[in-house]
Amino acid sequence: MKFRIVPMAVAAALMAAPSFAAETVKIGFVTTLTTPAGVIGRDMVDAVNLAVEHIGGKMAGLDVELIIEDDGFKPEIGKQKTDKLVKQDDVDFVAGYIWSHVLLASRNSALKAGKFLISSNAGPSQLAGKDCHKNFFSTSWQNDQTPMALGEVLNKKGVKSLYVMSPNYAAGKNMVAGVERTFKGKIVGKDMTKWGKDAQLDFSAELAKAKASGADGLFVFYPGKAGGAFIKQYMQAGLSETLPLYSVYTIDSLSLPKFQKAGMKGVLGSFMTQFWAPDLDTPQNKKFVSGFKAKYGRYPSFYAAQSYDTIFFIKSAVEAVGGNLDDMDGMRAAMMKADYPSVRGKYTYGNNHMPIQNFYLREVVVDADGVWTTSITDTVYTNHQDVYAKECKL
Amino acid sequence: MDWTLLVTQLLNGVQLGVLLFLLAAGLTLIFGIMDFVNLAHGSLYMAGAYFCATVAEWTGSFLIGALAALPLTFMVGLAVEMVVVRPLYARDHLDHVLATFGLILFFDALVHLVWGPEGIAIALPGFLDGRVTILPGIEIPTYRLLIISVGLAVAAGLGYVVTRTRAGMLIRAGAANRRMLGALGVDVNKLFTLVFAGGAVLAGLAGLMIAPITEANIGMGNGILIVALVVIIIGGIGSIRGAFVAAILIGMIDTMGRSYLDDLMKLFLSDQNAETAAPALSAMLIYILMAVILYFRPQGLFQPKVR
Repeated sequence: MKFRIVPMAVAAALMAAPSFAAETVKIGFVTTLTTPAGVIGRDMVDAVNLAVEHIGGKMAGLDVELIIEDDGFKPEIGKQKTDKLVKQDDVDFVAGYIWSHVLLASRNSALKAGKFLISSNAGPSQLAGKDCHKNFFSTSWQNDQTPMALGEVLNKKGVKSLYVMSPNYAAGKNMVAGVERTFKGKIVGKDMTKWGKDAQLDFSAELAKAKASGADGLFVFYPGKAGGAFIKQYMQAGLSETLPLYSVYTIDSLSLPKFQKAGMKGVLGSFMTQFWAPDLDTPQNKKFVSGFKAKYGRYPSFYAAQSYDTIFFIKSAVEAVGGNLDDMDGMRAAMMKADYPSVRGKYTYGNNHMPIQNFYLREVVVDADGVWTTSITDTVYTNHQDVYAKECKL
Repeated sequence: MDWTLLVTQLLNGVQLGVLLFLLAAGLTLIFGIMDFVNLAHGSLYMAGAYFCATVAEWTGSFLIGALAALPLTFMVGLAVEMVVVRPLYARDHLDHVLATFGLILFFDALVHLVWGPEGIAIALPGFLDGRVTILPGIEIPTYRLLIISVGLAVAAGLGYVVTRTRAGMLIRAGAANRRMLGALGVDVNKLFTLVFAGGAVLAGLAGLMIAPITEANIGMGNGILIVALVVIIIGGIGSIRGAFVAAILIGMIDTMGRSYLDDLMKLFLSDQNAETAAPALSAMLIYILMAVILYFRPQGLFQPKVR
């Protein structure tokens, strides 16, 4: 009668499961751990682990249980992993998501199952506008905002004509739309390059076109490994003298150590816009940056900052309802207040649950220890709201 | 028409073409002569890049890194052939694909363990980091010119070896009829091992040459392997000359598509539609080319005479 044992074991396991779930806050975290983009995922997971350590592993007395999943840089895998998190693990919060196309593919899996969905990076226009949802929140930004701030910087610097390069996917299109919205000069050329697991990394043809266009400046958005490849080729082509570079999400704490190791001094002094920098002067940011550097021996990236915030954000919601995870309305009301210590300082939420926050101009500098990092030089936007909020019916 | 831009783009096309040729040459020999499908060829490309980056970091010299990476990749090629590939010759293609796909996963995970996920940038020595003016108004990075020169030199050398030397004669004989070659007293196993490891060196050379441009990265060979497979199919499996012609053709088509397709499409589409359609179409161009060529010449452009 051996075969009877298996169904009984399964039944026992099923009965044991619900009583176990009530004592923990389960957080599913979807990011990219394989492919070269895995370096971003590692930074995010390191930050999440640090945050859990800093809160002592508890939220309102409940244990925090993290379930990390790898999307492999593919929308269909991200959706599968989200389905697994909500159906099999029955998590309370689904968070993470580096890539806009992965988040868009995973949206319905999390929201239709009645879970909270929190983006720790991606900010596609759809989720800020007509596809906004009462249970969707962001601890990052809407994609268009950072390039919009950069467009203002370009106007201020007197740039008259611009060549634009960006990967051809959801966020890339938002970034280009953002800079086009505020930049007052002429866009003289535009290249949207192949993206994904086999993304285009040799930009010789595009750089030759940019050079021939005679533009005053070059705007690029190349996150992750493509950023390093792009910067190298930009310098090898000798464009730093004739075609100044203005970038968003391209030069960060993940690529700077590599540039420094390879002695690529050309990146020093280059400008970008962002909502945060490692030297932003808030108590929570000091705790985060020094804790991160002490534990992992490197500067955190903005991906890490947003992920660290995600945990404190969830904690504020869980504590507001005293650990009663069935009180979705109570947790939602708490989250809308954004009443938690964010590394960026105090910010508020718009009707679409996207942050209304400051955007800064950052410059690549050498810190006191001789390490290359970014530092804030100016405030471009104060309490800036994305343009899609009015399309959101919430 | 801007002629200086056109010439620059032609050179960029040749540069992409010779890199593809280095990868495709080994692939087509292994496929054509040994009848073995090696999906892990891209992993050898990655191995070349990582070896070069590591040695370059230790010694501070890209050139030493490059010279050290070639024998190291050769040894990896030998090891892979002896441990994994040799027991599979007698099996059919599906087993080859399964085993070498497993190798890709193995190598990607191994690199992740040893070097971490972040990739390595390689600094070029000063004399390669500049630019040269080859014609008035046409300035290209010195390093890209070096890639073109090395690639063409290797192509010429390979052509000489295959058509004019005894080793090349054995390789061609192996492609034509491997059983007969064995019956004539040639050690076919040794020949196969050397061809496999030689192909690995060519792939490693391509990998280490692209690394200073794109960095050494996990899985860097997986995307370009698909294009290399397109090259050997268009060129005719087993043909070095076919691989060369097809690689240059693909390099040109891809580069020209990226350069001019959007302007071309703006002639008959609205600006916005052209901007959306052009990147998608230029990514498909080489596959469209493959379909057209296979329709007229199902065996590829240059089919070796006997199979």
